[in-house]
Formats: sequence, C-alpha cells, structure tokens
Amino acid sequence: MPSSRGSLRPRDGPASLMSPPLAEVAVAEFHKKIKEAFEVFDHESNNTVDVREVGTIIRSLGCCPSEGELHDLIAEVEEEEPTGYIRFEKFLPVMTEVLLERRYRPIPEDILLRAFEVLDPAKRGFLSKDELIKYMTEEGEPFSQEEMEEMLSAAIDPESNSIHYKDYITMMVIDEN
Amino acid sequence: MGSGTSTQHHFAFQNAEKAFRAAALIQRWYRRYVARLEMRRRCTWSIFQSIEYAGQQDQVKLHNFFSYLVDHFTPSSHNERDFLNRIFTEERSPQASETQNCGDYDSIEVPDSYTGPRLSFPLLPDHATALVEAFRRKQRLHARYVLNLLHEARKHLVQLPNINQVSTCYSEEITVCGDLHGQLDDLIFIFYKNGLPSPERAYVFNGDFVDRGKDSVEILMVLFAFMLVYPKEFHLNRGNHEDHIVNLRYGFTKEVMHKYKIHGKKILKLLQDVFCWLPLATLVDEKVLILHGGVSDRTDLELLAKLDRHKIVSTMRYKTRKENKKQAEEKGNANQTGSAGRPSPWFLPQSRSLPSSPLRPSTHKAHRAGRSSSVPCGVPLDPKELSRRVRRSVDLELERCRQQAGFPAIKEKEEPSSSESEVDSDAEEQPQPTPEEWRQVVDILWSDPMAQEGCRANTVRGGGCYFGPNVTERLLQKYHLQFLIRSHECKPEGYEFCHSRKVLTIFSASNYYEVGSNRGAYVKLGPELTPHIMQFQANKATHTLTMRQRISRVEESALRALREKLFAHSSDILVEFKKHDKDETGLIALSDWAAAVESVLHLGLPWRMLRPQLVSSLTDNKLAYKSWLENLAKEKLSQQNIQSSLLETLYRNRSNLETIFRIIDSDHSGSISLDEFRHTWKLFSSHMNIDITDDCICDLARSIDFNKDGHIDINEFLEAFRLVEQSCSGGDVSDCPQVTNSSNRDCSSPGAH
Repeated sequence: MPSSRGSLRPRDGPASLMSPPLAEVAVAEFHKKIKEAFEVFDHESNNTVDVREVGTIIRSLGCCPSEGELHDLIAEVEEEEPTGYIRFEKFLPVMTEVLLERRYRPIPEDILLRAFEVLDPAKRGFLSKDELIKYMTEEGEPFSQEEMEEMLSAAIDPESNSIHYKDYITMMVIDEN
Repeated sequence: MGSGTSTQHHFAFQNAEKAFRAAALIQRWYRRYVARLEMRRRCTWSIFQSIEYAGQQDQVKLHNFFSYLVDHFTPSSHNERDFLNRIFTEERSPQASETQNCGDYDSIEVPDSYTGPRLSFPLLPDHATALVEAFRRKQRLHARYVLNLLHEARKHLVQLPNINQVSTCYSEEITVCGDLHGQLDDLIFIFYKNGLPSPERAYVFNGDFVDRGKDSVEILMVLFAFMLVYPKEFHLNRGNHEDHIVNLRYGFTKEVMHKYKIHGKKILKLLQDVFCWLPLATLVDEKVLILHGGVSDRTDLELLAKLDRHKIVSTMRYKTRKENKKQAEEKGNANQTGSAGRPSPWFLPQSRSLPSSPLRPSTHKAHRAGRSSSVPCGVPLDPKELSRRVRRSVDLELERCRQQAGFPAIKEKEEPSSSESEVDSDAEEQPQPTPEEWRQVVDILWSDPMAQEGCRANTVRGGGCYFGPNVTERLLQKYHLQFLIRSHECKPEGYEFCHSRKVLTIFSASNYYEVGSNRGAYVKLGPELTPHIMQFQANKATHTLTMRQRISRVEESALRALREKLFAHSSDILVEFKKHDKDETGLIALSDWAAAVESVLHLGLPWRMLRPQLVSSLTDNKLAYKSWLENLAKEKLSQQNIQSSLLETLYRNRSNLETIFRIIDSDHSGSISLDEFRHTWKLFSSHMNIDITDDCICDLARSIDFNKDGHIDINEFLEAFRLVEQSCSGGDVSDCPQVTNSSNRDCSSPGAH
C-alpha cells in the first residue's frame, strides 16, 4: 500500500499560519508531550528508545499512521547506520512537525463503521470469525498472529462466533476515554 | 469476452480494492488502539513504582529522623527522656543465650480444641508437606509450634556460613525463587508446578519472604520447615525485608501481632534474631552467585564471608541513646561526608549544601546524582565502651525519675530480668559491626543494576548502589563467576536479564502491585548452569480477562493510589496552581497543571499522558482547578469528624504515622497515649519542616482518638484512613484468592494464637 510520503510535504504547514507567539507556545507544549512519551520508553535513561517501540510512542501521541507511513517516519529518525535505537534529538523535530501539521489524524467512528460495512456487503451487521481472520491476515497491512488473537479475544462474541462490529466499535471508543 | 466481462472485472477489481482499503483502515485503527493500551500499561507501572520508591525514601527519612533524635535530642523533661528511652531500649541486640529462649515455648499449652497442624521435632518431610497442605486450607499454626520451629530454625542457621556453598553434584536440579512478600499462593503454586523440595530438587529462596502480602508468617513456617528437613538442599538468603525495622512499616509486624495476639511479641523478638542469622548469599558450583539486591564496586566476598552477620541486626537500625552519647562526644564536629567513610544524615545543617532534593532527582529513573551521602543512617559505632553497666545505671536513674514523677512503672517486661542475664553475658556481648562491614551488607541487600557504567548511590531507595555492567564484569572476573542472580525489583514478566545476560533478576510475587500487574517467575539451573525461566501468575481470574480488561483493572488501582497522593498534597498543589493563575480566573492551562503537580509530588510521572485519566472535564482546554481538587477530596471526606485539611495531612503522612505508631508502641499493645503520639509527631513534623501548628497536631490526635479515652488504638488509627488491605474492587471479588482480610480482624478460629 503506497504511503502518503508525508515527509516530502512542503514545510509551510499550519505552524507558519499561526502568529509567532502562538506557534511558540504550541511548539513548546508539543515538545513537552513528546518528551514525556519518549521517556516512558527510555529504559536506560540515555535519551534513546528501541526502534520497535517508536510506533507505540507515535501512536500514543494521537497519531494514527499506517504501517507504511510509520516505516517512512522511522527512516527519517533513524541513524545513518541504523543502530536499532532512535535518539531523542532526531525524534523531537520530526515528531514536532508531525504534530504541528496534524498528520495521521485518527479515524472517526463513522468512517470506521463504513470500513466494516464494506467487508460486510450483505449488511448483516456482523462478520464471522473466519471472515474477520481472513480480512485481517490477508488484506491491507496484515496482522501478525499475536495481533489477530488479541483482537479476537475482545471482539468475538463466543456464542455466535462473530463480531458485531457496531457494538464492538462503541465499546472500544468508550474505553478510549 | 465482451464489455460485460471487463466491467465485471473492473467492478471486481474495485471491490477488491475497497476491501483492501477497508481492511487497512481497520488495522490502522486497531494498531493505534493497542499502542495506547501499551502506553497506559507503562504509565500504570510507573505510577506504582514511583509511589513505592517514594515510600521507601520516606522510610529512610523516618529512620534518619529517629537516629537524629537519638544523636542530638536533649529531652526537656523526664517525660520526654523516659518516653524516648522506652522506644529505643527495645532495639537492643538480641540475647545470645539460648536458655532464655527455650523457656519461651515449653510452657505454652496447646488446647485440645486446636485443630491446626501439630509439629514435633526433629521434623520429617511429611510434616513439612502437611504444613503446606494445612496452610493451603487456611489453617493457622499455634504459637507454640511457631516458636518451636523458629527456635530450631535458628539453631540450624547459626551453623551456616555467610555465603552458602551449593553443589549440583548432589541435587539434579536447582530452582531459584525471588521475592515472595507474604504471597502464599505464589509459593504454593511454585511447589505445585515445580515440585516439592527433595534431595533431588534443591531450592534457593532469595530473600524478601515477608511484608506486604498477608501470609508472611505461613511462608516463613514453610520455608523454615523445609530448611530443617532438607538442610543440604534447601537454602535461604536474607533480603532487605528480613529486618524488624522494615517490618514495622511494611506489614509483617502488623500481621504477626494480629494473628498471634498473646504471643506475638515473643515471636517477633525471636524473629529479630532469626533474621540476622540468615545467610547473606548462596554460591552454586562456585560459579553462580545468588544474593538479594546486588553488588557495588566495593563488594568484597572475602570480607562478606568472614564478618559476623549476626551483628547486623537491621540495615536500618538506629542506635541506642547511650551509644550515641558516646559517639557525640567522640566524633566532635566530624560530620563531614568524607570523614572515615561515615556519611552524615542529609538533614543535618552541614549537609544542606548537598544537592537540593537528595532523594529525589527529576525522574525516578534518572541516576544522575553523584555518589551522595544519603545512605541509611545507623552506622554503628565503636563497640567496647558501650557497656551495659552504663545503660543499666541510666535505666535505674530513669526508673527513679519515673517514680518521682508519679508515673506508673512501665511494664518493660524483659527489662528487669534481662538486666541480670546481661551481666552474665556481658563478656559474650557481640561487638558492633564496623562501618565497612555494615556497608558491605547494605550493598548486597539493597543495590539495583543500572544500564550505565559506573557505581552510584541508590538515591531512590536510600540504601545501597546502582551498579553498572562494568561493576558486574569486574566482580565476576575477580571471583571467577559466570553470572549473578538477584531479586529485589518487581518486573512485569517476573524476570529480567541485564548486563549482557550476566545479571538475572528473578521476582516470584505475581500480581504484586495489583491483580494482573505482573507475572511471577522462578529459574531452574540446568546442566552447565544454564538458566531456564518459568513464569506464572497465581490468579485464575486474570487468565480470563482480555488484555484491555487486565490493564484497566491494574490501571484503576494505580490511579486510585495516585489520586490519593494528589489529595494528600492538595494544599500545596493549590498554591502552585494559583501561581500559574495570577489573574485569578480559576482556570489553569493543562501544561501548567502538569508542571504544578510534578513540582509538588516529585514522582517523575508522564503527567500529560495521564491527564485524561485524572482530569475529566475541561473548559476551553483549561481546567477549573478548585472543583477538581474538591472532587479529589470528596472521595475521602466521608470519613467522620475529620476536617479535610487534617485528613489531607493524615494521608500525606500515612505510612510514616503508622510506622511511628508502631515504634512508639514498643510493647506491641496496640495502643499509645495521645501525649506520646502528639509529642513524637510534633518532633517529626518540625524536623521534616512540615508546616503544622501545635493546635493542628492536638486536633489531629484528638480526632483519631475516636472513642475519646485518651489513647489511640491502632484500629482507630487505621480506620482513620479507611484502610482496605487489599482492594479487589471493580472486579470479581469472588475470583480473587487474595480476598480482603479486613474481616479477619476478629478471627477466632481454633487455630489462632
């Protein structure tokens, strides 16, 4: 799936439209947020995180990139010679830009619902367990087995062996906040 | 082939693409969801850890305070001197004579109505197994057998070296377990899963058997029983919680006194001695070193092997008054950090020039403080001069004063009789450990590994060091070892390797912070001593929960603890908020909220991450802080009679207050006088620069005395905090083996006593 190549967008995004003081405040606040999230995974307290955790950090900051987009972002923050670690100094400016430009916005509930409905053309209101597995592991950016199992454990109604996606979405969204 | 088919193809292709994109969208969304859950899990863990370590620092401060009292406080009245004396004379080293202890249990009769397990010595393997079974069925061992078992255990321990040598020639497998902290279910689970101890199945338990959990007594009984039955195969190391002073704060003392109302004190006294006879480390095949905390760059195994471990009663002990008078005279003004390696307590005037918050760097993980002098006090002194004769004459003097003042003779039960035997054992009295010996032991019981190279003072815990990979490497090389096994730190998976797999942390108390918070683990050493880790979680309920549910549950518990902390500091937080709200709008920006809260609590938590769970409603992206604080208070305010400001003070100092209570209540009667409480609290708070007026203290004391009888009963005291021992709320209480035992207070099962 082609990524949106966010990194190649011109750099005169929303930040440049704000008046300077506001932009500064926004940036300062973003810096603090990013630092906090980063530190949660900085186990050795040396301003680096394992590259495999960067996705979690980015997503917990409110962004919802696809795997492809994530891949590109990581390429931007990695060292010339990848070490398996990402340094905060490289991460901060890139992530700040992402937040300022409001890239990779989360998916609204109704769009999510429509996605499920696409997979359920007969409009039954549910997907069978097998169907869900098929779509999630064969289409799009496939799930790993672990991801699939975890999703199933919460989503599948054991009696009908299906996922009633409308209820599922509602439950997950409430849980978020 | 016609246009029809190609349209079909076209539609088919379009549909396929739509499905593809729909799937991708769902996956994208789901991955974000999982990431947020993961972040919440980590934050929850940070909350628990930072609160736990902050509590440990409090503990250190408290004991530094008492040491300071002993060092410097000049009582202004007979009352005060008497009062202080009463506290500190209990802390004398236990008697060496055995004859005294023998009489401890022989005279205790076990009623016929007792249906609990009965022990006879020498113990047989069946007895030990039966004991496990009895405890599993929630029976309680009679005090007589407890004392007898402890007595036998002590006899055995005394013969052991400081560093136990174990060889795999004899047993085919060795299993090493970490902290259990009173969680009997975990121990039973380990025996069930891994098998009971036997000549072919050796075990090493690496300290911290007691405190926090509710079955510390039972765990000790089982461990000691197996130790007696399989002395060559069953080994115990001392942990930092095998320490009667630490026990005052973390629940073991409470548990013993609760379960054994009549004989508890005797049991505690004997335990005090038994704990100091526990070996300090175990060495397997001269290749794998097992000890509770860690090492430092000064760790000297030869010294550790040679010292008299029995002299180290507590890694946090405070000195007796008389010792210190001597010390004060001798050392004059030598209070500098470097002098003779004796650290000066952080709160003394000279040490104010040290880093501002000596025990609290900006995040609890930041090991940036240099080697500071804030180590637990109680560095023991020159031995010889502290003669019992001096002490006794002071006692006599005090007794006279007491009588003159018209005080009832305080029932210091052992005092009169022990002074006789003291004269006899004068010659055999144990000298104090040297500062170096003491430090060596503290290091191995308290240290934690860190990722960075080097060795720094462990300012988070207040004792021991942080040791880096180079320290480990040097030690392993120096003593030709393969790797180190230690415990002391809770890990989400129950274990963790570090220092290039040269250090293994093993922690066996599952669900330590809360049901679902972490797994427990144990490690089996196979041929060539390769480690095989086994994990477990001794609570069936967690298996049926989804990841989301498990995380929510633990999170709720952490948040509750955090909200309580916030409440406990409401006044200070309000002051900080106001600083950010000069215009008095009543609103505060979220960024300022985070800064304000951190500047008061110093927990180093990711407040912005936590914000959605702590702050529910915002106006215009700002928080109306007064009502937010009021809501925090509402959770606590249903407590009768106590105004919110007092309540806040209580909560803020809860653990310290409880510990102080237990220290004052040296005869474990469960009750202290208002005066004693007020007095100690006054000293403590002025010392800690806690801003609290005399009136406030009186009010506090009076409020806690619910039945207005001039005494504070420990139950009243705990009631003031609505202490619920285990909070199994929000989930299926019935599923939790660790169901709250607050109802057991009046338990009068036949097995009791």
